[in-house]
Amino acid sequence: MATMYQYDQYDQQMVDARVAEFRDQVDRRLSGELTEEQFTPLRLMNGLYLQLHAYMLRVAVPYGTLSSQQMRMLAEIARKYDKGYGHFTTRQNIQYNWIQLKDAPDILDDLATVEMHAIQTSGNCIRNISSDQYAGVAADEVCDPRPYAELLRQWSSFHPEFSFLPRKFKIAVIASPGDRAAMRLHDIGIEMVRSEAGELGAKFFAGGGMGRTPMIAPCVREFVPVDELVSYSEAILRVYNRWGRRDNKYKARIKILVHETGADEFRRQVEEEYERMQPLDLDPPRAELERIEAFFAPPAYERLEDGYDTDDPDFRLWAQANVTAHKVPGYAAAAISLKPVGGIPGDASAEQMDIVADLAQRYSLDEVRVTHAQNLILPNVKQADLHALWQELEAAGLGTPNLDLASDIIACPGLDYCSLANARSIPVAQKLSQRLSGRERDLGELKIKISGCINACGHHHAGHIGILGVDRKGVENYQLLLGGSGAEDVSLAKITGPGFDEDGVVDAVETVTNLYLEQREEGERFVDTYRRLGMAPFKEALYG
Amino acid sequence: MIILTGNDLETGDVVWWTGSGWSRRVADAAFVEPGEGPEQAAGIMHREMTSRAVNGAYEVDAEDGEQGPVPSHIKERMRAAGPSVRPDLGVQAEG
Ligand code: HEM
Ligand code: SF4
Repeated sequence: MATMYQYDQYDQQMVDARVAEFRDQVDRRLSGELTEEQFTPLRLMNGLYLQLHAYMLRVAVPYGTLSSQQMRMLAEIARKYDKGYGHFTTRQNIQYNWIQLKDAPDILDDLATVEMHAIQTSGNCIRNISSDQYAGVAADEVCDPRPYAELLRQWSSFHPEFSFLPRKFKIAVIASPGDRAAMRLHDIGIEMVRSEAGELGAKFFAGGGMGRTPMIAPCVREFVPVDELVSYSEAILRVYNRWGRRDNKYKARIKILVHETGADEFRRQVEEEYERMQPLDLDPPRAELERIEAFFAPPAYERLEDGYDTDDPDFRLWAQANVTAHKVPGYAAAAISLKPVGGIPGDASAEQMDIVADLAQRYSLDEVRVTHAQNLILPNVKQADLHALWQELEAAGLGTPNLDLASDIIACPGLDYCSLANARSIPVAQKLSQRLSGRERDLGELKIKISGCINACGHHHAGHIGILGVDRKGVENYQLLLGGSGAEDVSLAKITGPGFDEDGVVDAVETVTNLYLEQREEGERFVDTYRRLGMAPFKEALYG
Repeated sequence: MIILTGNDLETGDVVWWTGSGWSRRVADAAFVEPGEGPEQAAGIMHREMTSRAVNGAYEVDAEDGEQGPVPSHIKERMRAAGPSVRPDLGVQAEG
């Protein structure tokens, strides 16, 4: 059994009741008792959107952790109700693009049998809480962040006060100095830390986000004791709920409030609220936290030695790119790239999902993780098994050795699937990966991120190289951005200048990477060279 | 010139108004006149949505092509055909 939270009877009843309620709502919509206006908010509360080609269902993968059984169910749904595939997103969710309304309640029933659902994937509520894909195994973490993500999930689920926030609300919880979850680009970012005295607590950030006005979350408090995470989060939410704008959807996110109020004043208000709330004693008892922590107890690792054989050159290439250190000797975390060169970023076929489920069962103590970069991770692989695992991945077309390299591109669905899009994202990603994959090892770590519109689902603001699709008089056009990062060196990318057409933007990316290769100093990544040189030489090379 | 589109309520399929019903093929679409009358755009959409023959209907600008109407905007052409990156899916795959 995977290390993950298991529903108690109460959780299961809530989810089951929700599905039954939705089945009734769908029946009433199909029979005409409900109008579309009445029905739309109900279906959105259950993760069902009407998208470009059909209904789209978004299924939550809380903090990105899946068991083999859950992954098999995701494959089964793709096969039975969709067109044989699904799309893993930057929010650690999965989306199905071809869902029929009449099937939606059955799908939710099937998901509920493996403790999954599509609640809180839409609407102005606290959304699926994201975390580090290496949670629980990362060599650099102070603790496993997932129990705290789960605690906050339980607090926020169905919280009456928080289901009608001014706008959607996204939280990320990490527990290491390395940020693999774009934590500071969330409405609330939480970094678990240890105080000098060794006590566990959290550093709180608030007011980050992407979309049309990207903001990096400032720190609200350096240290909140671990027992007070819920009440401190609630204090932030209360200040937001009181002052967040409801008149203008574009100004309704907490990032606007924090920005307009100023970080210092916002912090003062949160602290004041927090003081006022003390008598309410909102935090769960220590025993509840311990109950949750117990679900995430480390699995039964064997005592092994570090080290494995990398004589096979193709295997070595894959291991260098895709294998990450594990905190337990003799183990490793292996990334399964969903970015084959020329492929569709984040898409996985039902067969591939089944294979991943099977590999997780045999090689990874039954666990799979979903990353915000739209890849999958097998977190608990014995180093001695890595070669055998790689051979099976290769055979399934899942062995692309490109983690964090130029062809590991994040791309939103864009105009191929999304009704809000201005331009296609996927074809740009396909062309770029073909153009750059031959020299991506030389280029080193390079994060390219593409969004099909200003909503920034493809994190273009946080790309070392970002691309934003715009509509120029009915024609697809692409703006190029440089210098962003969603990691611990967080920064927002800047636009280079006038946009390009589809082929033009591919050439433009090649131009800026060429400049990097010419100008880089020892050990510099693309983004480091950009930061040292500034925008001017890149502009010159592009438009000069 | 305008044609009408929407989604099938039950399946979510993209559909186009043909003058007498809804088709998945944009080439079958009929040009309609703007206006509230029973056989004009707003009138047709209101009637068809009320009877649940279609969901979320709206008007689309289109030109007259060799095979029939062609939507002016790429987004509507994409809806009519299916994703450009998956030629094996959607109406475009049905030949
Ligand atoms: C195709 C259906 C989708 C629709 C209709 C949609 C809609 C939106 C909208 C309207 C926003 C802006 C919200 C705001 O700023 O208040 C947004 C933001 C976002 N979406 Fe999506 N999205 C879709 C798919 C995706 C996918 C596939 C991903 C992941 C690849 C994703 C991840 C995000 C992220 C990360 C943000 C940024 C949140 C922020 O502003 O901090 N979305 N989405
Ligand atoms: S960024 Fe825009 S185009 Fe891309 S998925 Fe989000 S809403 Fe759609």
